[in-house]
Amino acid sequence: MRVKKFFAAMLVSAVALTLLAGCGGSGAKSGGADAKTVKVGVFLPLTGDNAAGGELELRGIKLANKLYPEINGKKIELVVADNKSDKAEAANVAARLIEKDKVKVILGSYGSSLAMAAGNIVKEAKVPAIGTSCTNPQVTLNNDYYFRACFIDPFQGTVMANYAFKKGAKKVAIVQEVSNDYAVGLAKFFKDAFEKLGGQVIEVANYQTGDKDFTAILTNIKAKNPDIIFAPGNFTESALLIKQARQLGIKAQFMGGDTWETQEFIDVGGKDVEGIAFSSAFDRERATTAEAKKFMEAYKKEYKGEPSAFNALGYDAYMIAYDAMKRGGTDDSTKIRDAIAATKGLELVTGKTEFDKNGDPLKGAVIKTVKDGKFKYIDFVDVKH
Amino acid sequence: MTMKKRNLLLSIIAVIVLFGVANFVQLEMDAYIRRIVNLCMIYAIIGLSMNITNGFVGQFALGQAGFMAVGAYVVGIFTVPVAMRPGVFYATPMNPAIINIYMPLGVALIVGGLLAALIAFVIGTPVLRLRGDYLAIATLGFSEIIRIVITNASSITNGALGIKNIPPLNDVRIIFLATLITFILITLLINSSYGRAFKAIREDEIAAEAMGIDLFYHKNLAFMISAFFAGIGGGLYGALLGTVDPKNFLFTLTYNFLLIIVLGGMGSITGSMLGAVIVTAGLEYLRVFDEPLELFGMAIPLFRPGFRMVMFSVLLMFCVLFWRKGIMGTEEFTWDKFVNFCKHPLAYFTKKGAHAE
Amino acid sequence: MEFFQAFANMTAASFAQHMANGISLGSLYAMIAIGYTMVYGILLMINFAHGDIVMMACYFAFFGITVFHIPWFMTFIGTIIATALLGVVIERAAYRPLRDAPKNSVLISAIGASFLLENLANYLFSGRPMRFPDIPLLSQNIAVGGGVQIQAICFVIPVITIISLVVLLHIVNHTKTGMAMRAVSKDYEIARVMGINIDNVISITFAIGSAMAAIGAIMWGIRYPGITPMLGVMPGLKCFVAAVVGGIGNIKGAVLGGFILGLGEILIVAFFPQLSGYRDAFAFIVLILILYYKPTGLLGETTTEKV
Repeated sequence: MRVKKFFAAMLVSAVALTLLAGCGGSGAKSGGADAKTVKVGVFLPLTGDNAAGGELELRGIKLANKLYPEINGKKIELVVADNKSDKAEAANVAARLIEKDKVKVILGSYGSSLAMAAGNIVKEAKVPAIGTSCTNPQVTLNNDYYFRACFIDPFQGTVMANYAFKKGAKKVAIVQEVSNDYAVGLAKFFKDAFEKLGGQVIEVANYQTGDKDFTAILTNIKAKNPDIIFAPGNFTESALLIKQARQLGIKAQFMGGDTWETQEFIDVGGKDVEGIAFSSAFDRERATTAEAKKFMEAYKKEYKGEPSAFNALGYDAYMIAYDAMKRGGTDDSTKIRDAIAATKGLELVTGKTEFDKNGDPLKGAVIKTVKDGKFKYIDFVDVKH
Repeated sequence: MTMKKRNLLLSIIAVIVLFGVANFVQLEMDAYIRRIVNLCMIYAIIGLSMNITNGFVGQFALGQAGFMAVGAYVVGIFTVPVAMRPGVFYATPMNPAIINIYMPLGVALIVGGLLAALIAFVIGTPVLRLRGDYLAIATLGFSEIIRIVITNASSITNGALGIKNIPPLNDVRIIFLATLITFILITLLINSSYGRAFKAIREDEIAAEAMGIDLFYHKNLAFMISAFFAGIGGGLYGALLGTVDPKNFLFTLTYNFLLIIVLGGMGSITGSMLGAVIVTAGLEYLRVFDEPLELFGMAIPLFRPGFRMVMFSVLLMFCVLFWRKGIMGTEEFTWDKFVNFCKHPLAYFTKKGAHAE
Repeated sequence: MEFFQAFANMTAASFAQHMANGISLGSLYAMIAIGYTMVYGILLMINFAHGDIVMMACYFAFFGITVFHIPWFMTFIGTIIATALLGVVIERAAYRPLRDAPKNSVLISAIGASFLLENLANYLFSGRPMRFPDIPLLSQNIAVGGGVQIQAICFVIPVITIISLVVLLHIVNHTKTGMAMRAVSKDYEIARVMGINIDNVISITFAIGSAMAAIGAIMWGIRYPGITPMLGVMPGLKCFVAAVVGGIGNIKGAVLGGFILGLGEILIVAFFPQLSGYRDAFAFIVLILILYYKPTGLLGETTTEKV
């Protein structure tokens, strides 16, 4: 009986809190809807599988907002929404940002499938969106309102295939996270490019998101003795995969994609992930633009650490929107869209930014590795214009 | 005017009014509200479908996500315009046997429902002999198997890349009609002799069998009908989102519908409808829990992403533990009760109160 | 055909490696399956939250060692105690109020408890993976010869599983508490009439089952060191399947089922590499086959359902 009362009390307080929160929320919203602010929606996974990437990008966006808080005499207000790494949620959240919060531009998301869930919504509402690190080509295809700050998978896959071939690899095994669209897409582009170069893909093994034991596929691969293992996927699974490969005595180098660049990848993988290689959008050592220097200094001051590519991409997405609003001199969504499409020679943290007809930036990629528990720059591959 | 005629008339008026509301939402409300309303109705269809097996026949099945996936994929595969297909299936080319088959949405929905029902028939034969927890875990297992097969059969389903560019369906009126038809069909079913057999099985299987009810036949029938409507609901869900991929249909999706029928009342059609609206709209409203909150100038640290789902699961637990019957129990909303209530609102409460004690 | 080819291509070293992988995975499944089988034996319900108890145990150990810097063996003892308590609390809060309710309500409550634990972990610890602390003694590699490498923990896991099994069988078969547990599982009502404190017996069952889960979780964490809030979901489902395969309610059966499932998952990928994407379906297919042909499981007694 006492338990019952306790639960009843909890429920009552929960309801009361909700109501209060509702009032508080709506109060803030009605206060913010004046002509003195421009609302920018931030559309990122802050919980769920992709939370780590989403949080990094949010930091970048917040930093940019701190450095450039005003546009055309108006304050820029960020409306942060969590898409929970879930597509149905993502669609709801995107519609909510546009219709309820009345944002003029949307920044995000990490994760291509999340961005695609919002694709039709931004297109219909004619609100431009700038993807942070959604690298799948389908995000911007046939969608005039989706742009992005990052390079795309066909480019990334080709870069890694070239790099692998240049290192003398002839036989490659691919281990892909078969339930992850990003991994499957990237693996395909890598395979195409590598076979075109004359290399051989000797095995394609699959695992599911959330798997923890990879010993069976790895033992099979070990018997085939590949030169390089290309294993695009989520950083958690990838780190465990590499760890188990080293435990089984596999010496081949592992290569992957831009998702690996999170602290968690090194935390989980430890010394076993040393010496891997992956493509990324940004590195401190390659960062030459004035904006990059400004970004790195501010980042160090604000977060007491070194920025990663995802921080940089979040920052850049904000800057693309900022630049478009400045050049367009307006906060009308359609005009912002046109201004974004007309971006020319904009110097950002991850390099010079211009968009092709799909809305993808023409940008080079850096190749990085892990050394002494830190991400290290190895090479830079520019895009062929 | 007889009672029956009056009730029919009231029903027709209610449908017309509701259709008017749907029309109003479609024409006057913004895309966000439209999306939530659509989702409420689609969840109502799937909640109703789950209630057939779980509420009326008393068989605890957890396979709804799998059947939804079947419906959603049939809609996804066959309604994408043929010209766009090579672009969608860019990694593994689409199987030549199906690349030129195009279906309009309505046909694809029905085909999806039928395919789900067929799969339910195949699954039901071994699984429906089981009871209670075994049935729950076996159906859950099947729903995962369906998802894993979809993930791996790339030349038909495009695997993890999912199917994009599904012509979006965002018309509240069409989804309203689909929900209405589902509601009417299921109500007719439950009030037929089949429905009475279902309830008899729920109350006591052995007694029902002794009365001459073929347990296996009725359980399998209910399971197939449930899968059919889940397939239709899944198809609408796919069309609403415009893209489907296997991760949409993890078995945890089924928990949403479980909450809907638990909250609405296991074994109540109108309860499921109410439950769907409350859960879907409520989850949207609870979104304030995920946003940072300032009360009287003080930031409350509790409020950050993830808190909403904690509250959601606490509510589910609360319902199960202290409010087992849900809103409607096994009762239904009827016009007779409604009219009585309108005539004597106070008497209703006191009488009800006396009953409850 | 492909099977024979894979078989012919497999070297002795590869096969030994696969077997070692399978035995260590199977032992982990076995440890977790024991908790399911004990609870089912007494309450006749699937403790859906069991997988999430494993997940919480991983976090307890993580916080003990990495955040509070408690020596690892003390942390492990603390983790086992804390997890046992968590199991008891879950039983009190979510299952006890429904003791006389229909079975389906208990099942829903179990699903709710599992959902709550996952969401709570997601909220408290965030969805980002954390690294389970390294125990150098147990995570080092041992080369066996012939190119086969085995992690030290893989030797430890089966040993601990067998020791736990022996201890548990002793408790169940030769102590007073064990006798009470068997009585409750045979006939709930009669046991109550005989003066057995049912609530206590159930609490003890949950405590033991959760302690087993904690031991399993610690070994799981050392073997697969990335911990996330959803960590327990799949192992939870698979271990329940393992318990059913062995014969639910039977502790030896759970261990047998765990080994069958663990070895089966590894060997299916070993001999049919092209099926690697279907690996997670294996457990469910086994479940359905077992339920169809021998619903009582391999070691279960044949009983007729009472009215």
